[in-house]
Amino acid sequence: MVQCLAPDGSVVREDLLPDPETRLELYRQMRRARHFDERGWVLYRQGRLGVFPPFGGMEASQVGTAAALTKNDWLFPTYRDTGAALTLGLPIARTLAYWRTSPHGWHMPADLKVLPFYIPIATQYPQAVGAALAERRQGTRNVAMAFIGDGGSSEGDFHEALNFAGALNAPCVFILQNNGWAISVPTRAQTRATDLSRRADGYGIPGVRVDGNDALATYHVTREAVNRARDGGGPTLIETVTYRVKPHTVADDPSRYRSEADTAGWDAKDPVTRLRTHLLNAGLMTEDSEADLLAEIAAEFEAALAEADSYPEPTPAEILDHVFAEPTPQLKKQRAEILAEHAQDKKEQA
Amino acid sequence: MTAPTTHVPQPTTHKNMTMVAAINDALDIALAADDTVHIFGEDVGVMGGVFRATDGLQAKHGEGRVFDTPLAEAAIVGMGIGMGLAGLKPVAEIQFAGFLYPALDQILSHLGRYRHRTRSRYHLPMVIRAPYGGGVHTPEQHADSPEAILAHTPGVKVVIPSTPADAKSLLLSAINDPDPVFFFEPIKLYRSTKEDVPLGDVRIPLGKARLVTHGDDVTVICYGGMVEVAQKAAAAAHAAGIGVEVIDLRTLVPMDTDTILSSVTKTGRVVVVTEAPRTAGFHSEIAAIIAEEAIEHLRAPIVRVTGYDAPYPPFTAVEDVYRPNPVRVAKAIRQVMNY
Ligand SMILES: Cc1ncc(C[n+]2csc(CCOP(=O)(O)OP(=O)(O)O)c2C)c(N)n1
Repeated sequence: MVQCLAPDGSVVREDLLPDPETRLELYRQMRRARHFDERGWVLYRQGRLGVFPPFGGMEASQVGTAAALTKNDWLFPTYRDTGAALTLGLPIARTLAYWRTSPHGWHMPADLKVLPFYIPIATQYPQAVGAALAERRQGTRNVAMAFIGDGGSSEGDFHEALNFAGALNAPCVFILQNNGWAISVPTRAQTRATDLSRRADGYGIPGVRVDGNDALATYHVTREAVNRARDGGGPTLIETVTYRVKPHTVADDPSRYRSEADTAGWDAKDPVTRLRTHLLNAGLMTEDSEADLLAEIAAEFEAALAEADSYPEPTPAEILDHVFAEPTPQLKKQRAEILAEHAQDKKEQA
Repeated sequence: MTAPTTHVPQPTTHKNMTMVAAINDALDIALAADDTVHIFGEDVGVMGGVFRATDGLQAKHGEGRVFDTPLAEAAIVGMGIGMGLAGLKPVAEIQFAGFLYPALDQILSHLGRYRHRTRSRYHLPMVIRAPYGGGVHTPEQHADSPEAILAHTPGVKVVIPSTPADAKSLLLSAINDPDPVFFFEPIKLYRSTKEDVPLGDVRIPLGKARLVTHGDDVTVICYGGMVEVAQKAAAAAHAAGIGVEVIDLRTLVPMDTDTILSSVTKTGRVVVVTEAPRTAGFHSEIAAIIAEEAIEHLRAPIVRVTGYDAPYPPFTAVEDVYRPNPVRVAKAIRQVMNY
């Protein structure tokens, strides 16, 4: 398992350390992600966010990997990958809107190739292969990155995608976040395999196992995979070994299926603390400069929250928008029905 | 319900239950009665299912009989097919009907065809349970109503209960049926009401509709999550002097055409209600049957009250626009009355 920093923040692979600027940027992104996750819980309890799947504790797995992309690359995130999407540049306000069940969360910025969070499991994996292949056929050096969980890697789509990507040499980077659980099912009950990165062997593509709580390590191995893909070297499967310390969603009760003992020990491996200790020890950050960073992140979030608050609620007939380029006669009729039923909506249209 | 004729307390043969408790009861009875019955799916074991429908069953009947599978719907159904071929009674859970799609190949290519393609040498006594439908503000794809896809698949039966008692007795019938049965459970009704459910192994035959209310003027045909919506509309219509006969189909395949036709022959006016999208839904099949068999009795065109031809919206603020409500059904009732 590739590791750069030990859980206590000490350096175990000097040769893999990214430059100081990158290390600081990874820390900044992990902090942004954690802030979203923590504020998200509060907002959920206040009824200002819908049910969302937390990812706290998995920041290194999401940020370190997504940080290896540029804005020309594709990102196919699952519902748990808010941290990855934020890292690539998905605006916080849009992300809040998505988890607030607003259509404004579905408008992806034109300068990003990031898809809305995928709810059905594994379906996005073959799509990422297609996007990667399309980039290659069109002569670019852009790659596609797709995320999946340990549970999701049991689906047929996962295996078909890996096989296609290998056979067609698609510039694709597959991130398999092994966070220990698929809702109530532990990885050992999910599969008899104990090293999920070795699934790559069956498809003839490289597989890498990395400490998923070590942002420097996830960044290092992902960058290597991204570069290989850009250079025509084909796909890579990266298993990030991490843990879902939080419940499956904010509405889930993990005490039904796991004990405190299962989770004990993972706090000591916390990815944010790990990089923090390293940055402080290496003199790249001081407590003061960190305080400034946290203040900046909090301010950015509150401004984004205000923006999300300002998005108007959808109007009734909007549920029929964006089904086809040109609404079918049936949809036009159905729209008229909705408008007739909702007088207020009708007034707004007038 | 009729009032008891005597004040002598009767020994209780019923228990007040939610639909999800009634389903759990049915599964418990089936597991106890027949050791070929096996329950499996995502999170059904230790956790007892995301809706708790299988709560406690693994502890009671063992990990061999009630077990968690890896996360793969195609394999859940495909494995169930193999189990059924080899003599077991598989009862699989698909966590939400909207996640049935990865398994469609197994369902469309095999589950529905096995009896036919082996000339009844093999048959598949498999039940697939799946929570379906909207009304509870779920995320994307959790509120789908894909029953028409299954009803359009030859060789599979489709059951959708609307009350706790029906859920229990229909599920027991489904598990004891020799053919594959899809059992869709309306999420909205899982815990919203309780009623007295008979104890023990009780069964309602598949293919028999339920007359929910009686009336001479309009027939409202519905099933699952739409029954309570239709009931509310019927109550409002009754108050306005319109007699509405609400028919809860209970099973789409086989469909109780007799009950539909005898009601339509009497009322001559039909409203069909479903929360599925409008185009090519099962409601269209109902309308077609009536058009074929009873058109001379119709006094007004058949009106469909449905979801729309768009994906079910996960937008909490406007979700309720999509799902038919009593007001829309009442409007349709007035429309067929005023034709
Ligand atoms: C096709 C499909 N089946 C079932 C579900 C329901 N479901 C949502 S999350 C989940 C567990 C996923 O576990 P894993 O892939 O390990 O990802 P994690 O949630 O741990 O990030 C399940 C079964 C779904 N969303 N899609």
